[in-house]
Amino acid sequence: MNVVPERLTAKDYATDQEVRWCPGCGDYAILKAVQKTMADLQASRDRTVFVSGIGCAARFPYYMETYGFHTIHGRAPAIATGIKLANPSLDVWVVGGDGDMLSIGGNHLLHALRRNVDLQILIFNNEIYGLTKGQYSPTSRVGTRSPSTPQGSVDLPVSALAFALGCGARFIGRSIDTEQKHLPEVLKRAHGYRGAALVEILQNCIVYNDGVFADITESDVADDRQLYLEPGQPMLFGKNREKGIRLNRETLSLEVVTVGQNGITAADVLVHDEKNKMIAHMLALMEPPEFPVALGVIYCAPEVQSYETGLLAQVTEAKAKGAADLNKILRSGHTWKV
Amino acid sequence: MVPPTAVAEASRPRHEIDSVVVRFAGDSGDGMQVTGSQFTLTSALAGNDFATFPDFPAEIRAPVGTTFGVSSFQINFGSQRIETAGDSLDVLVAMNPAALKVELKNLRVGGTIIADVGQFNDRNVKKAGFVANPLEDGSLEKYRVIKIDISALTMEAVKNSGLSKRDGLRCKNFWTLGLIYWMYGRDRAPTVEWLNKRFGAKRPELATANIAAMNAGHAFGETAEMSGEMTAFTVRPAEIAAGVYRTISGGEALAYGLVAGSQLAGLNIMFGSYPITPASPLLHILAGLKQFGVTTFQAEDEIAAVCAAIGGSYAGQLGITSSSGPGIALKMEAIGLAISTELPLVIVNSQRAGPSTGMPTKTEQSDLYQAVFGRNADAPLVVLASRSPSDCFETAVEAVRLATKYMTPVMLLTDGYIANAAEPWLIPDLAKLKPFRVRFRTEAEGFHPFLRDPKTLARVWATPGTPGLQHRIGGIEKAYDSGHISYEAGNHQKMTDTRKAKIDGIGNDIPEQGIEEGERTGDLAVVGWGSTYGPINRAVYTMRQKGLKVSHIHLRHIWPLPRNLGDLLKGFRRVLVPEMNTGQLVTVLRSQYLVAAEGLNKVNGQPFKISEIEHAIRTRLEH
Ligand code: SF4
Repeated sequence: MNVVPERLTAKDYATDQEVRWCPGCGDYAILKAVQKTMADLQASRDRTVFVSGIGCAARFPYYMETYGFHTIHGRAPAIATGIKLANPSLDVWVVGGDGDMLSIGGNHLLHALRRNVDLQILIFNNEIYGLTKGQYSPTSRVGTRSPSTPQGSVDLPVSALAFALGCGARFIGRSIDTEQKHLPEVLKRAHGYRGAALVEILQNCIVYNDGVFADITESDVADDRQLYLEPGQPMLFGKNREKGIRLNRETLSLEVVTVGQNGITAADVLVHDEKNKMIAHMLALMEPPEFPVALGVIYCAPEVQSYETGLLAQVTEAKAKGAADLNKILRSGHTWKV
Repeated sequence: MVPPTAVAEASRPRHEIDSVVVRFAGDSGDGMQVTGSQFTLTSALAGNDFATFPDFPAEIRAPVGTTFGVSSFQINFGSQRIETAGDSLDVLVAMNPAALKVELKNLRVGGTIIADVGQFNDRNVKKAGFVANPLEDGSLEKYRVIKIDISALTMEAVKNSGLSKRDGLRCKNFWTLGLIYWMYGRDRAPTVEWLNKRFGAKRPELATANIAAMNAGHAFGETAEMSGEMTAFTVRPAEIAAGVYRTISGGEALAYGLVAGSQLAGLNIMFGSYPITPASPLLHILAGLKQFGVTTFQAEDEIAAVCAAIGGSYAGQLGITSSSGPGIALKMEAIGLAISTELPLVIVNSQRAGPSTGMPTKTEQSDLYQAVFGRNADAPLVVLASRSPSDCFETAVEAVRLATKYMTPVMLLTDGYIANAAEPWLIPDLAKLKPFRVRFRTEAEGFHPFLRDPKTLARVWATPGTPGLQHRIGGIEKAYDSGHISYEAGNHQKMTDTRKAKIDGIGNDIPEQGIEEGERTGDLAVVGWGSTYGPINRAVYTMRQKGLKVSHIHLRHIWPLPRNLGDLLKGFRRVLVPEMNTGQLVTVLRSQYLVAAEGLNKVNGQPFKISEIEHAIRTRLEH
């Protein structure tokens, strides 16, 4: 008998649990985008696992009608690695905030990326510690005033995506919580990538860091501060797509140019090559006011064997070499009879 | 059984002795561990019972000739039951002055020193901290000193091998081994076979040279005997239970036990570990057992190692992690998560001397508090302890059984001594072990993730990928009736009580505590756990021969404790608890049973001597 599976809608990926983020939190928008992504992919609810650490973002799995594991602070990538090794057929997503992933869990993120475990890793970056009531975070800009830095923070922030590239990440992307069309597209690309895929999502914490991305997201500046990357397309932005990113071949750095001014033509504007790691690094680091923020898939290296595939192939190989007989192994080597 | 063939070969009748303790001591680079393990192998093949104690420096390559670079291997072998590596040495092989300096205190009065005089030059003597050459200044009068220029004789034996001077001299451990083989009538063939296998294909000249050195050492003994300089001995085979035996180290027994347990449970293993002394052998051995469905993951740190194991258990495999005390400390938060989410997990702790880095290669039993109590909040788990290398096998199987049946982390305590020591082992027939197959939840009807078995209180194990059972778990408190997040006060009380009752209830599923030696009542119970088994058992045995009413109780189950232990202890006038810590089990026993147990404690990095325990028993009972 052929049963035509029912098409799942975004709602089918929502649990009956009351969502407990603050009203107006950017996490709601991300949840909606992820549920839409799931529906677009017609993802199997019982083959999908969301793993998180601790923090506001880490409550995410409770709201997804899939398997979910809310673990401990910073360790989600390590637990997800174990899940993937135990059952590589599962579709495993890791969710965490900037503190979870880049502070206490920085080491695990590093190694999940460099090992190239087939995971989708989402960092909800709001540049603040929300759940612990508003301390500055490793992505907070210098001078951030918070309960723990009343005179302003003095340490330099980390760039999630530049860090990821340094770790050997082979897929990095970025989007914004409220970008309900763009975000699912980036998530789908990450999902399709076999290997570790990292997506940074700029997320507004309305309570402790409201408007921290206003210089990027406000409608009056958005056109000039957001660069949407498309593979094979010129890096153009601005209200009339008159601005572009050019590689200054003398200083080996990027610069913003205006097409039609100072002899700049469309040919001068960089065309996005997802496989170019050097340019990807420069794109990841672009920030206002000098530059727009790069959005979309910034870097996507050709796929290589993922970690769990390689490691489990060794298990398969060992199994193929002969029957696993422990009784026999115990009796091999030097034995004697009494 | 292979009889000691040399009895017939020797020109004069050999002296028959019951047991001997030999310690090979030399520089880290002198190959003492190889020498010791070869001697162990041939003693096993000769049918002796034995126990060994490898003792090596923490530094990988300590400066040559220094006391802190001394590496030793001790073996006690005999025709009687052997329980420990031996209190004091009968024979000390000293390959250099530093070895003599470090080990002399362990030699019994009248014991034999075999010294390589070729290494006792002024420079080495000074480096070892002697004022004058001890072989010459009369300070060794209390001992029998056999001075042989082993270095020169080795060079002579290998002169045609084509080896460089340096490589040639390195054969001196096999020359020495040859001599000791002659002393105890050991067969050289297994070592010849081992050398050929080890070097045969790649560097056959090394095999040839080492064999030549060994044969020369052996021949030296025969010749020296003629002149009356040396005596040969016979150590008859021990009376041990019939069956097929092998030697086994704690690390091997653990690995095989965990694999056997996983097979009995019907699970694959997800083993996460980070290198640490002395726990790494388990990682190495399991990495070679992948054919049993073992995935070994060398994690970026201790925390990731336990987390990957927890992820493995969550996804339906048997999660195992292994470390030593400092690493276990790092894992504790994650272990709390496994307790809270009620996932099976086996944590192996090969204890070492601490606190902090402590003495990584020296043994101690000081992590019992850490195992039983060392987590935030009320976080009970199961604690087991292995008593000997071979006992690791059974304890590992038991750890897997309890972890999977009760959906709980189980901490298995061994120590550096057990991990590295080897002993003969009657190989069990695995087909005779009782399976305890895991049943995963697949039924959607009435499912929630914290649904419990009314008898064991274990929650259901539903793994991702099971159709229709998608659910969320985590470290936040869960509602008893649904598994959803709950901050409700009464519910937390109920969940805490349930987690405790689950672990306490395991007391009814483990064997009642028995007596290892002696009666069920008496004047003194000596209660031990872990690797103190050997010396306690032997001491209690000896003291009973002398008429003292003393018994030996040895715990495998540290938490929960066996249900009859309290009553058992009340049958004794006094309770003595020897431990290689400052008194941890003794505190637990006192608090659990209100018994006036007293401790016997030492933490000098060395196992208890039988005599220390005998002395303690005597002072308690003879006044
Ligand atoms: S504190 Fe901030 S990040 Fe956390 S839920 Fe509230 S708004 Fe969202």
